[in-house]
Amino acid sequence: MKTEKMTIVHHERIAKNIYQIRLAGALVAEMNEPGQFVHIKVTEQANPLLRRPLSLCDINKEADECTIIYRAEGAGTTLLSQKRPGEMVDVLGPLGNGFPIEAAKTGQRALLVGGGIGVPPLYELAKQLVKKGVSVTIVLGFQTKEVAFYERKFASFGETYVATVDGSYGTKGFVTDVIDTRITSFDVLYACGPKPMLKALEQKFPNKEVYLSLEERMGCGIGACFACVCRVPDSETAYKKVCSDGPVFKAGEVVL
Amino acid sequence: MNRLAVELPGLSLKNPVMPASGCFGFGREYAKLYDLNVLGAIMIKATTLEPRFGNPTPRVAETPSGMLNAIGLQNPGLEKVMEEELPWLAQYDVPIIANVAGSTMEDYVEVAKHISKAPNVHALELNISCPNVKKGGIAFGTVPEVAAELTKLVKEVSEVPVYVKLSPNVTNIVEMAKAIEAAGADGLTMINTLLGMRIDVKTAEPILANRTGGLSGPAIKPIAIRMIYEVSQAVSIPIIGMGGIQSAEDVIEFFYAGASAVAVGTANFIDPFVCPNIIAELPALLDELGFDHISECTGRSWKKGGPTVYCGA
Repeated sequence: MKTEKMTIVHHERIAKNIYQIRLAGALVAEMNEPGQFVHIKVTEQANPLLRRPLSLCDINKEADECTIIYRAEGAGTTLLSQKRPGEMVDVLGPLGNGFPIEAAKTGQRALLVGGGIGVPPLYELAKQLVKKGVSVTIVLGFQTKEVAFYERKFASFGETYVATVDGSYGTKGFVTDVIDTRITSFDVLYACGPKPMLKALEQKFPNKEVYLSLEERMGCGIGACFACVCRVPDSETAYKKVCSDGPVFKAGEVVL
Repeated sequence: MNRLAVELPGLSLKNPVMPASGCFGFGREYAKLYDLNVLGAIMIKATTLEPRFGNPTPRVAETPSGMLNAIGLQNPGLEKVMEEELPWLAQYDVPIIANVAGSTMEDYVEVAKHISKAPNVHALELNISCPNVKKGGIAFGTVPEVAAELTKLVKEVSEVPVYVKLSPNVTNIVEMAKAIEAAGADGLTMINTLLGMRIDVKTAEPILANRTGGLSGPAIKPIAIRMIYEVSQAVSIPIIGMGGIQSAEDVIEFFYAGASAVAVGTANFIDPFVCPNIIAELPALLDELGFDHISECTGRSWKKGGPTVYCGA
């Protein structure tokens, strides 16, 4: 974990309010696990004050580059979306514990489920799983067609299904609707997305090996500020920090 | 001569910069990033008698040049802090200032009595200003008589000097500071966060689960400066200043206002290396400003060239 001024080498809008940014720097050498995130300071000024936690979408060690996909929503990410190639951003990372690749064995099948802006980290995950010889099936859920992205990129790794809540693209409904009708079997489930989606998946597959990546408002990103804690089952005082114990947890490890 | 060394009650500091309580945990996270020995001191996370989980999330919300937090004094409790955190911190040659919190006066006294016995705890910071707990905290920090009473009780049992952390959520902070000084406090730390709130425009709901939280960061720096300026002229005990410090220049500004040492809080969240960076930058800034020693800066905004009261070695 370090801080580095990384150079923007590519920046484009890939769907409505969804941006893909590619950063170059020595920090990439430390990036290994899919599901890890970086903490980006979008301005040298005090406003907005805090860093923005954004998960890694693609790690390209040969080129010393990493790709991040984010939604321009608040003041910070909107400012970030206005930055151009050649400019620098202050990056702290890589942070957190990512998806365990070792949970899926060569020859097994993994189901990857992403919701909205939870989709990006599954890309590096799919890449690493396929490289290891794990078959992947991918289910992506979006609100509507205009915010959907990366279907074709995922399709290069395995069977890919898309659901939209309003039915404007793919199956109408949620990722669970796709899973109910299309998915027959898998060995390990990896998911990232909104909490209701993660909860539904946890309840649906109580006997499967399931790994969930959580999102929570963060302060420091390194475990010091206690902003992003979640409860541990059957305890009044036990907790895990999403930033430093997670953001990926095994299903049942924390209370969703 | 160490130009940055300062002497305060119970504290011989190699430099006057320390991380503020609640912004540094018990040091473990930052120890992975740099050698904690560079720090002047460490103000550890508030410790209560029993373990506390704290408030539900969301616990933080960003504001213009600041942030609101409502962590709710989450900590592992006195026993664990005594048995695990403080012994772990003892590997560093850094004095620890233990932040003491509670729901009742008895809680404070009990925690103070035990934690002040730890060999590396050189001072206590009495937290009578946390705005995020239902009982205790700020309730002890807004009525001078109550704050004085608590200070007295803790002083009676503490084996180390007691600093009292003042809340800015009062009308007359000088009156509060004087009452606490008269009750026997060895020093003051100020300021804690300001009670604030944010509401989501789409849902009309407060963003923090606790509804209100403590405002920190550069947004509150002018308030801290003003309050230290006022209090330092009214009391003769030293002040550890805090509230939005981000740079070596900010440190000097706090000294000019009347602080004898400083704590860095929220800035640790944005740049985890901020404390060592500030410490490294201070000597050059002293050169630029024409000071031999940092203690010459204390109270410079209101002193007329008189001797510096809390001079370092």
